[in-house]
Amino acid sequence: MRIEKRLDQEKETLLYSALHKVKNSPGPLMPTLQEAQRIFGCVPIEVQKIISYELNESIAKINGVVTFYSQFSLKPKGKNSISVCLGTACYVKGSQGILDAFEDELKIKNGETTKDGKYTLEATRCIGACGLAPVFSVNERIYGRANVQKAKNILKTNPETKES
Amino acid sequence: MFERMQLLVCGGESCEQKQIGAIKDALLVELKKHDCENEIAITQSSCFGLCEKGAIVGVFPDEVYYQCKTKSEIVMIVEKHIKNNQIVEELRIKDPILHKRLKEHSNFHVFNKQNRIVLRNCGIINPLSIEEYIARDGYFALAKALKEYTSEEVIEIVKKSKLRGRGGGGFPTGLKWEYAKNSQSDIKYVVCNADEGDPGAFMDRAVLEGDPHSILEAMAICGYAIGAQQGYIYVRAEYPVAVERLERAIEDAKNLNLLGDNLFGTDFSFEIELRLGSGAFVCGEETALIASIEGFRGMPKLKPPFPAESGLWGKPTNVNNVETFANIPVIILKGADWFNTIGTEKSSGTKVFALGGKIKNTGLIEIPMGTTLRDVVFDIGGGIPNRKKIKAIQTGGPSGGCIIEKDLDTPIDFDTLTDLGSMMGSGGMIVMDEDNCMVDVARFYLEFTVEESCGKCTPCREGTKRMYDILNKISEGKGTLEDIDHLEVLASMVAETSLCGLGQTAPNPVLSTLKHFRDEYLAHVNDHYCPAGVCRELTNYIIDDTCVGCTKCATNCPVGAIIGWPKAIHKLDMSLCIRCGACKQACPVGSIKTVKGGEAHV
Repeated sequence: MRIEKRLDQEKETLLYSALHKVKNSPGPLMPTLQEAQRIFGCVPIEVQKIISYELNESIAKINGVVTFYSQFSLKPKGKNSISVCLGTACYVKGSQGILDAFEDELKIKNGETTKDGKYTLEATRCIGACGLAPVFSVNERIYGRANVQKAKNILKTNPETKES
Repeated sequence: MFERMQLLVCGGESCEQKQIGAIKDALLVELKKHDCENEIAITQSSCFGLCEKGAIVGVFPDEVYYQCKTKSEIVMIVEKHIKNNQIVEELRIKDPILHKRLKEHSNFHVFNKQNRIVLRNCGIINPLSIEEYIARDGYFALAKALKEYTSEEVIEIVKKSKLRGRGGGGFPTGLKWEYAKNSQSDIKYVVCNADEGDPGAFMDRAVLEGDPHSILEAMAICGYAIGAQQGYIYVRAEYPVAVERLERAIEDAKNLNLLGDNLFGTDFSFEIELRLGSGAFVCGEETALIASIEGFRGMPKLKPPFPAESGLWGKPTNVNNVETFANIPVIILKGADWFNTIGTEKSSGTKVFALGGKIKNTGLIEIPMGTTLRDVVFDIGGGIPNRKKIKAIQTGGPSGGCIIEKDLDTPIDFDTLTDLGSMMGSGGMIVMDEDNCMVDVARFYLEFTVEESCGKCTPCREGTKRMYDILNKISEGKGTLEDIDHLEVLASMVAETSLCGLGQTAPNPVLSTLKHFRDEYLAHVNDHYCPAGVCRELTNYIIDDTCVGCTKCATNCPVGAIIGWPKAIHKLDMSLCIRCGACKQACPVGSIKTVKGGEAHV
């Protein structure tokens, strides 16, 4: 079938083989979507179309399911999530500068994911670590009393970072 | 290859946070150094129920539990105990209440009042080994049920045991099975609800990760009783270890023909498949769960028809929670009469709770029904830290409510908790002290239900959001007395008219805090004051004259609102203060106090 946006050929093959496996089992949609999310890191409309065609379900239904569950996303999320606290305490201590530094280094804007899928950058509300302000976190780990330099170093050396 | 020793490394959530992974790696390195990595098996087990201690390593068959933090301690354990069979006394975990190092794990004071039925194998067997499960009477209950009992007799035993659904509702399990059995259909299903979603609850996870075979065995017994040949376990994708172990367990059971065709030479066949949840709290509701397996949005349906008549793909389906299933093999083996000796008249057996919050010993506990809350908090939990006073106990997560100190002597069972305006729920138990603001607590749970409401029915979708808005208004000091009235009306309306359990119970945190802590709500509204000093907009700080001038507060203040010289009483400039509370936390002598808004501007 024709699709507008080209998907990665290799990943598409993976999707088809996943579809092939579950197609005839009862209730194939959820396992397929879970596989798709794993393969592509998200379930965009192009992928939904393939699934719709193969499982003979309307795109409307599939889109409804994708948007219902929090584990499915329409846009890819990075392997590592960086959150910069913009709560008052952190903000007055210059966390905006840290956010800017991450934006510069990763060449993405707040809320976006790097092209290589390694990082997603987000600003968050107060995470309750005001005593350590300004703070940012990489995955679950919190880095306190941060500054621009520390932020840049983390990207280079952070041991917590998962490789994509 | 048989190992001469086994090291069990706790893989519970809180031990994981204490970097148990690194400890496991270090152990492996040490074992390799001594060239004995093939003689010793390292297994990640589920929670040991001693979370406060953290990073625990158990050495079997000696049954010695160590608490280790540093690499040198690991070196010591390997060198002394594993190489030379000398127990390293100084690293043994201490009993958190008696402050003594005890010889036997089961002698722990924490475990004295506990009775481990559901968690019987957790932290004791290697969850990846079907042999170890069988060695602890595993699959004997299935054999007994198939060989000695008719399906009616199995249901009769479960009914007689008075086992009630441990997922929260407390519906009699035997009755549920009987309904499913009496529904006429060639195809029926057994579903295990492992979509544990309550914030702060992790008992199902412990069973799934620590004793996966017990669930498989129980599901097969249920299948035999109701006449089903296919089972599904709906487990949340956030538990990858549980998923992995269940997959392995199913495979191992199939290989030994403990699942599959003609089990134990009878004509009963049973298969189990896994289905993953995808992050929707409402899927813990059985009809929503069924919709999710079928590949729809996880939205609940009106009951009746109950799943026992028309469930998965329109066929009769029996849905039970993990903990409920974990009780079944023991009941079949030891009988209903034995089970009835544990617990109370109407709620027999035990209940697993995830004890947390402001309490000394946090962790998983399993207590007989009828144990009082006071015993749980002060005996098992070791009381409240920092000499604070207990304010309330929250049970049942976002569906439950708060129980206050005067009701602490109530024996815990399904009905007493409901009478107190809370509920058993799946088993989260959060202890709160005087530093917790009850308006804030209600707001926290409402935020969760707003997020997780599926949106199908209006009372839940809109009602929870409006309640949340009002609570926000109150915690910002903008609430009025009318708002409190609205909140009450809304709460009872949402409870009465919502479609499923999520909406029906969502107002519980609001209603119970309003009932027991109305004065706190009134303080927020009338005096613009948060007595616990939690709600930021309503809290001002003062430094009183007990200040010793240590400068800690000034150093910790993120905005430089505190001025003062060493050894002199410090001053706080409220016009700069952002009310983050960092100074109060830092103060070693408790000189920083919260006061009503306005008073501090002196």
